[in-house]
Amino acid sequence: MKQMTVISGKGGTGKTSLTASFAALAHNAIVADCDVDAPDLALVLAPRVEKQSPFVGGKVARVDAGRCTGCGLCVESCRFEATALHGPPGDAAEHTCAVDPHSCEGCGVCVQLCPVEACRLEPTVTGEWFISQTRFSPLVHAQLGVGQDNSGKLVSCVRQEARALAEREERDLVLCDGPPGIGCPVIASLSGVDLLLIVVEPTVSALHDFERVADLARHFQIPALVCINKHDLNETVAAEIEKRADRLGVERAGRIPYDEAVVGAQLHRRTVVEHTNGPLSAAIRNIWQRIEQRLDLASEHRAP
Amino acid sequence: MVIAIASGKGGTGKTTMAVNVAVTVTRQGRPVQLLDCDVEEPNAHLFLDPRFDEVEEVTVTGPRVDLQRCDGCGECARRCEFGAIVALGGEISVFPELCHSCGGCALACPQRAITEEPRTIGTLEQARVGELAFARGVLNVGEARAVPLIAALKNRADGDALVLLDAPPGTGCPMMAAVRDCHFVCLVTEPTPFGLHDLTMAVDAVRTLHLPLGVVINRADLGDEEVRRFCQQQQIPILMELPCDRRIAEVCSRGRLIVDELPEYQEAFRDLAERIVQEAGRAPAPGGAAPAGLRDRIVEQLRHEA
Repeated sequence: MKQMTVISGKGGTGKTSLTASFAALAHNAIVADCDVDAPDLALVLAPRVEKQSPFVGGKVARVDAGRCTGCGLCVESCRFEATALHGPPGDAAEHTCAVDPHSCEGCGVCVQLCPVEACRLEPTVTGEWFISQTRFSPLVHAQLGVGQDNSGKLVSCVRQEARALAEREERDLVLCDGPPGIGCPVIASLSGVDLLLIVVEPTVSALHDFERVADLARHFQIPALVCINKHDLNETVAAEIEKRADRLGVERAGRIPYDEAVVGAQLHRRTVVEHTNGPLSAAIRNIWQRIEQRLDLASEHRAP
Repeated sequence: MVIAIASGKGGTGKTTMAVNVAVTVTRQGRPVQLLDCDVEEPNAHLFLDPRFDEVEEVTVTGPRVDLQRCDGCGECARRCEFGAIVALGGEISVFPELCHSCGGCALACPQRAITEEPRTIGTLEQARVGELAFARGVLNVGEARAVPLIAALKNRADGDALVLLDAPPGTGCPMMAAVRDCHFVCLVTEPTPFGLHDLTMAVDAVRTLHLPLGVVINRADLGDEEVRRFCQQQQIPILMELPCDRRIAEVCSRGRLIVDELPEYQEAFRDLAERIVQEAGRAPAPGGAAPAGLRDRIVEQLRHEA
């Protein structure tokens, strides 16, 4: 069973649109939406949720005002400015501590220090994850709560559930739609995968970000392919990206022309390869073929 | 005044808006500072060609275990909520990228075997581009946590200037760290289903911070009417609409400013700048009617007591 993730560095290059088409083309895959901040794959894949689970992503400290003596040790020692004294104006003796859950990182230092054990850590639900069915394959996806920390943890949860499901159902591939950037959710979406597809666009921004995400792939020793979406917007930069890819050891997987049909497909809640049949669709199919070859998947579904 | 330019969806045009508005206002003779807070993938410099004159390493602390003093009790590992320090068979291992620098392990160690040492996570860089002040953060590749670097960069905000803050994409903690305590948030979106979906999440996120906001619709003639409808229903002002002009895409692809290469758009960016400042000016000042967080509320209360 193989695993791959679609990443980009720069946002908006077309990861989700492409992953949706790959989901339509793949023969025996589980699809996972690892962009738990902004999970858009569901908008096109129309999942029917079969299992829904709360996700406990961290803990938040809470002070029992009844036990609190207002000594302020937690306020002094909190590195995240999450605790403060409060109480009736003009009566400092009645002040007790309270925790701002938005700033609290759940480290437990206040719990350690509180001389009267008025402080404790409580697990908090920071998101939800789902196992769903789509018209192509199962989809494992999640939604992180607004402004929540530890998206990497929820991504890891999605990955684990997708892997477990793939094993149970004897699937050939876990196909992950990754988040933009290079930080913890991206790292969680690529650790342990067999292949990365880096989706770029022919802009200096995407070229710059491509180098950083290719560096990340190298850092984790994961082979990567690159494809240039909307390549005809700037052929000079497209060529530059390909040269840079060659130097960085990232294999060229193909190019996709700019086409408003991508938006048309989205508006119709369809994948691009379902929506249209011209050069755009052909380009995507070619890239998918290249991926199947690299992952050695093609042989697994060829008729005997 | 600090204005954040954010979005839910990546690639909607945050940096494009930020650099073009920054340059527009600077050319009007007002002091402007642009902070590129997308520390994972900073792009604003590509449009401004700055010469960085100040480069500072940013560090966070992480645990260092003195193996002479350590007796392998594992209390540090039990206390760590982030898996950054782990005890296996009496051996302590540290995973610095997971560390939140809370100091809990050092506090917990009965042998006082843990000290905290600084570790570089990235750099802060400053430059002047003509009259425009520019600063950015660059996270080292392989580092997991952008937030401490974003916080360090925001400390460089110039209180006397109009500060424009190019935020990271998404609605998670890097975006929230960039956007919190700003006076106004300008959310850039596109009129597509992905754009709308991510915009609704960004609006929710910004509203938990009680910050006023407005929307810029980029590639406005591309998709459907749902984003406009959403803004109307939510009473969110639409500050500007930019059409899906292939020339704009081409100019930006080369790292050039729209206001330089397509002067017919200069007025649109002047109007956007005015609108932003207007809307931001209408909002209650921080510490006034709508303090941002618990700490502010305490400060207010204590002021009343004094």
